[in-house]
Amino acid sequence: MIRPGKMIKLVLETLFKKPATTAYPFKKAVMPDKFRGKLVFYPGKCIGCKLCMRDCPSNAINIRKVGEKQFECDIDLGRCIYCAQCVDSCMKKALESTKEFELASLDREKLKVTFHGEPQKGAESKT
Amino acid sequence: MRKVIIPIGPQHPALKEPESFQVVLSGERIMEFSARLGYNHRGIEKACEERTYIQDIYLTERICGICSHSHSSAFVQAVEDIAGLEVPKRGLYIRTLIGELERIHSHLLWLGVAGHEIGFDTLLMYSWRDREVVMDILAMLTGNRVNYGVNTIGGVRRDIDADQLKQIAKAVDTLEDRTKYYIDIATKETTVIERLSGVGVLSHDDAIRLGAVGPTARASNVKRDVRKDDPYAVYAELDFKVVTDSHNDVYGRTIVRMGELLEAYKIIRQIVKKIPDGPIAVKAPRKIPAGEAVSRYEAPRGEDVHYVKANGTEKPERVKVRAPTLANIQTVAKMLEDRQLADLPIVIAAIDPCFSCTDRMISVRNDGQKRANMMKWEDLHTYSIEWYRRKGIDFSKVNEKFKKAVK
Amino acid sequence: MAGSLFSILIFPGFVFLLVFGLAAEFFDRRIYARLQNRQGPPWFQPVADLIKLMAKEDIIPCEANPRIFKAMPILAMTATVTAFFYIPLWGEKAIFSFTGDSIVVLYLLTIPTLTFFLGGWYSTSLYSRIGAMRAITQLFAYEVPLFMSILGPALMANTWSLSEMAVFYSKHPFYCVFNMLGFAIGLVALLGKLEKVPFDIPEAETEIVGGTFTEYSGRLLGFFRAAIDIEVIVGASLMAAVFMPFGLNVWPALGFFFYIAKVLLVVAALALFRTVFARLRIDQMINFCWKYLAPAAFVQLLINLIVKGLIVR
Repeated sequence: MIRPGKMIKLVLETLFKKPATTAYPFKKAVMPDKFRGKLVFYPGKCIGCKLCMRDCPSNAINIRKVGEKQFECDIDLGRCIYCAQCVDSCMKKALESTKEFELASLDREKLKVTFHGEPQKGAESKT
Repeated sequence: MRKVIIPIGPQHPALKEPESFQVVLSGERIMEFSARLGYNHRGIEKACEERTYIQDIYLTERICGICSHSHSSAFVQAVEDIAGLEVPKRGLYIRTLIGELERIHSHLLWLGVAGHEIGFDTLLMYSWRDREVVMDILAMLTGNRVNYGVNTIGGVRRDIDADQLKQIAKAVDTLEDRTKYYIDIATKETTVIERLSGVGVLSHDDAIRLGAVGPTARASNVKRDVRKDDPYAVYAELDFKVVTDSHNDVYGRTIVRMGELLEAYKIIRQIVKKIPDGPIAVKAPRKIPAGEAVSRYEAPRGEDVHYVKANGTEKPERVKVRAPTLANIQTVAKMLEDRQLADLPIVIAAIDPCFSCTDRMISVRNDGQKRANMMKWEDLHTYSIEWYRRKGIDFSKVNEKFKKAVK
Repeated sequence: MAGSLFSILIFPGFVFLLVFGLAAEFFDRRIYARLQNRQGPPWFQPVADLIKLMAKEDIIPCEANPRIFKAMPILAMTATVTAFFYIPLWGEKAIFSFTGDSIVVLYLLTIPTLTFFLGGWYSTSLYSRIGAMRAITQLFAYEVPLFMSILGPALMANTWSLSEMAVFYSKHPFYCVFNMLGFAIGLVALLGKLEKVPFDIPEAETEIVGGTFTEYSGRLLGFFRAAIDIEVIVGASLMAAVFMPFGLNVWPALGFFFYIAKVLLVVAALALFRTVFARLRIDQMINFCWKYLAPAAFVQLLINLIVKGLIVR
């Protein structure tokens, strides 16, 4: 049967329910475990094969040799498209995705991240 | 009444992407309608030629924000065809699963957009709330909400475990409930029917003549679905039917999309039940042997065609994309014949347009014809200012004011 | 003199109206959000919007007639505020009243729509002009049912003055029952007057951008927005005064509370309406108003006449 105001029952019921939206910046959003967010780099595992650099669709990653078997990794978060192909390409698992996704910045330079030492417990990075 | 020409776009609240339409109005009645494509051209086809196959997967995925999986699947299928790779069954099942989940999210999104275009924001809010269910599932399975990045040449990148399958089955149950409710709303709420039925009529013959694809064609009772006509992935093993409708109007397109949602739930249930064990991908060579292939994929919006030509190197020689909207955009002018201005947003929205998919490269060949010539950037700039001035839009005063303000 | 100046400018005049209007806008938006399972805006959102608009630059199109373009928002605001003074709020008497003030209120309430038309027409943008044409077309559809829905109760009370109607109905509150159909018609017509879904055709953003207000910006748009907020209050007060004449003879503070509750009830009803309907096309809207709403208003008149003949005398 055709009738106007078909949704009236549902909307009146929801009036007394908790809203489905959240007050986002005040209440943090949680991403699933295997989320492809900001990368972390483990210098100890890197062998400098540079496969990640070769496969990166947006040239966001750069591996630099700083000493004998020591490598540093520059990631431009502004260029990165978070496809995590580098994580797949890396044979030694020196790169890893994290759940971190709030990466916006007003300064372009702050988006360029360099990983120096071994990260402690997940992502620790110095810019 | 005097005829007026009003521009709809490139920037207009009814359009989610920049595209220009010119409408000749007599009062509220549309006399003429013309579309002008090209505001969203990003040169993706050319960029594909500059990158390796692996990089191209992620590039083609970004042709469209909504049917990202469709484009990357179509591309990957073409490359696998050239390289002669046999993708493992489990990989194909996962690819199909993500494709159907994407169809669900796209159709629910469309329902909300359609609601918004007819001023029914409540429908938008509710259908998008329920769309979050499938978005969460996609984020859980692939690691991202929109650009899933699940395809790779020779299979898929991520496996699915038993627990995730259980969650998918649960989500499908809730979504089926909600979809049935929306079918109820769309077929019974008076104001919605008033705005949808009889609007944007595209007859069966016109749909064939203009080459409509996807739900737009199926709502005109054209049984056209690549999943049945030319089965790819594992669609040949799955039981589903092609939803068609003979209303020929926007109402019919709504019914077709809602019916396809129910079919998608059916497909996903079968996948969850049937998914075999085994590897998810085979190793693909970096250099693809020379050859060419066309691959077809039924995106939520219709048939998506990719053509890839390989020349034996790491990079493709040519990639060509025919997105579904390009096939459907021709039908809009037919649908809008002698309609009211108020129908324009919903008729455009009813083909579920994706203009960033549609805009392709236009090459200007200097073959001695008058119209074909190359312009320098400065010339183009002055030309565009002149063009607008002739149309009666003059920015020079604004520019001067702006210059003063800067000083 | 000072007393009436105070009541015009501060309470219950302009300042009170503005504050109440913004509060009602918040209430409306919050209810609308909750009906759609959303959080909704924080309480200061309407105020913040208004302050932001007031702080912005006014842009007047070169082609527009600047005098009319600037005058219209202020005229719209003045007309609605003036109409407010003739409506009995929480007493039986309005601030000003005379025989026949109900007609004046209805005509003053027509002026905002006219200003939308003139403002849109003289801003010369195509979208504005289409919006303006739609606004004036719509006026012909809802105005007759609105007038007739007020006419019914007035006939029964045998007066053209809103204050005298309030006196009559608070003496015989039972008679309101006969006006219920008129109340429903009045609410629907009010939706058309306030240009809300399903009748927000003149400013349908997906079709004609912002309709009448496309070219308005800054302070002038702020004035228009404030005028619309005040119009909501005035319309709701009119509905409350004519169809819900309860709690007028009580202690003023309690009466004030009743008045606020009544207005918010009308605002909530309007929010519910715009939640459950899609926007109609202009031809459908006119069809609906003349095919169903106007005959229903006639039925209401008939009921009032019969009741008057049989019971009231």
